[in-house]
Amino acid sequence: MLKKKMLSRNSKGRFTTYGIVIAAWIIMEIFMRAGLMSSHLEGLLVPMTYYAIVAVALNLCVGILGELSLGHAGFMCVGAFSSALFSLVTDGVMPDGVRFLIALVIGVIVSAIVGFLIGIPVLRLNGDYLAIVTLAFGEIIKNIINAMYLGVDSKGVHISFESQMALNMEPEGKTLINGAMGVTGTPHDANFTIAVILLLLALVVVQNFIDSRDGRAVMSIRDNRIAAESIGIPVTKYKMLAFTISAAIAGMAGVIFSHNIATLQSTSQYFGYNVSIMILVYVVLGGIGSIRGSVIAAVILYLLPELLRGLNKYRMLIYSVVLIAVMIINWAPKAIEKRTAFFDSIRKGMKRNGTA
Amino acid sequence: MALLEVKDLGISFGGLQAVDNFNLSIEKGELYGLIGPNGAGKTTVFNLLTGVYKPTAGKVFLDGTDITGHRTEEINKDGIARTFQNIRLFQQLSVIDNVESALHSFEKYSTFEAMFHCGRYAGAEKKLREKALEILKVFDLDMMSEILSSNLPYGQQRKLEIARAMATEPKLLLLDEPAAGMNPNETAELMDTISLIRDKFDITILLIEHDMKLVSGICEKVTVLNFGKVLAEGETKKVLADPEVIRAYLGDDE
Ligand SMILES: Nc1ncnc2c1ncn2[C@@H]1O[C@H](COP(=O)(O)OP(=O)(O)OP(=O)(O)O)[C@@H](O)[C@H]1O
Ligand SMILES: [Mg+2]
Repeated sequence: MLKKKMLSRNSKGRFTTYGIVIAAWIIMEIFMRAGLMSSHLEGLLVPMTYYAIVAVALNLCVGILGELSLGHAGFMCVGAFSSALFSLVTDGVMPDGVRFLIALVIGVIVSAIVGFLIGIPVLRLNGDYLAIVTLAFGEIIKNIINAMYLGVDSKGVHISFESQMALNMEPEGKTLINGAMGVTGTPHDANFTIAVILLLLALVVVQNFIDSRDGRAVMSIRDNRIAAESIGIPVTKYKMLAFTISAAIAGMAGVIFSHNIATLQSTSQYFGYNVSIMILVYVVLGGIGSIRGSVIAAVILYLLPELLRGLNKYRMLIYSVVLIAVMIINWAPKAIEKRTAFFDSIRKGMKRNGTA
Repeated sequence: MALLEVKDLGISFGGLQAVDNFNLSIEKGELYGLIGPNGAGKTTVFNLLTGVYKPTAGKVFLDGTDITGHRTEEINKDGIARTFQNIRLFQQLSVIDNVESALHSFEKYSTFEAMFHCGRYAGAEKKLREKALEILKVFDLDMMSEILSSNLPYGQQRKLEIARAMATEPKLLLLDEPAAGMNPNETAELMDTISLIRDKFDITILLIEHDMKLVSGICEKVTVLNFGKVLAEGETKKVLADPEVIRAYLGDDE
């Protein structure tokens, strides 16, 4: 009896989220296979999914931990470049699947380490320092990589911040990062299905984390730091943990990014603070602390301006009207009531069909 | 040996000596009152005992161990738990999650198990939940376990704060004005609860209170604080009859 009750409490809503993602994936796949999807829209599917992943990661930081980050595009950047370098160097050395799996692990670990290092000085302070530090981090990392030349030859690794020539490589040496021209030739290992699988992984990790001893500790710190300390919760440790996981997941999105693009460049368009803020908009409009909301908001708000490109003049007008509509739908009490009822009925329907 | 032994404790904020030469000795099992006019330094004493403020002078011993200068979370592990004058619940967590947060150290499992709900997760969570419900039952809050804590009526929020503190199984419980803002009925009920937990959990309690009926009703001993200094201490009835104490409370200067 108790066990059943507990399951319904803890898993409430979680499986609905997975269901929505899987259903969306199936529908998209059917459209693609049937040739009903424009190549323009098809090209948007992977970016849409990795932005949803970063939104989930950022919501862990903003909504669950209660710390504002304006540098999640920076973690994406770190994950993208570290994994791309690995794939480039090992291209042809091992099977594609193995290579991508290792690249994934590398991207995740490197961005986790960077997140951890940023967290050490900032998260032990009490105050809103994280926003400004992550903002600076994102811009700095983007600019450093943009100015960097990196190559390998038989003598080892060469780095320069001047020019490709300054690398002084042997003729058969391989240029990995060519300054602002970026990284070319990263194997195209990621696709929509892989991106969706990784989105599901991010959802499992984050939603399970929230519903655990660790998640409760993190949320208690968010709600009242002094009270959390007074009941013996090591505050700095849990802030570091949540932030590091958030950075790692953003890095994972970066891995998909770099393995789905012909030329990987460290530009503002991809990794600037404007991207971080765009993701923050997804999180805020999807509902701070609502993981499912982040995914839905990311999908709608990413696709919309792209799909409206044909409408030229009216594009931004429609986009802003939709932003306002989403805000009302997500925050108005009546709308929340209706939405909850809607998802409850979906859940009941799923149960009846024996899928949940 | 007393459970809590405070020696010459002091702190100053800038020029203000908020607590000065404060001494206190509480025996195991006692229900002890800390009283005094507004701004006397009572809450500051609690903040010193729990490491929220670092004392500029003096020492604190709990059960014979020197805990002066320990961090707040360590002091909780040392055996002191508290409530706050301005309620500090985890407002966006449910009633039961407030208590489960406090059970943090009782059933452990790794972050990996937390992220994938595998291994020890299910067993530990089940135990945590049962234990939390048990605690809530003592405070008559078990019927409201799934409600958001901020939606509880005021009196029950105060009770939940006590429940949360008790969940850490402290040797010493500090209550900062537990009856503040309560009506006489709620206060009477609270007095019963406090006496009950003292007996049931075999715990020592130090409480700050302005309600003299509550203090004389349940505290065996009191210390009176005035302008950061101890004005009187001893058996509650005697201290409350002390003319100097009465004068301090009536605000009669000199
Ligand atoms: N962090 C602080 N910085 C500066 N002054 C402080 C600080 N904390 C407390 N004080 C001062 O110390 C004195 C004692 O305050 P405290 O809150 O301990 O009083 P109290 O006895 O709990 O009063 P009350 O009955 O109103 O709760 C007050 O003059 C207060 O302004
Ligand atoms: Mg006070």
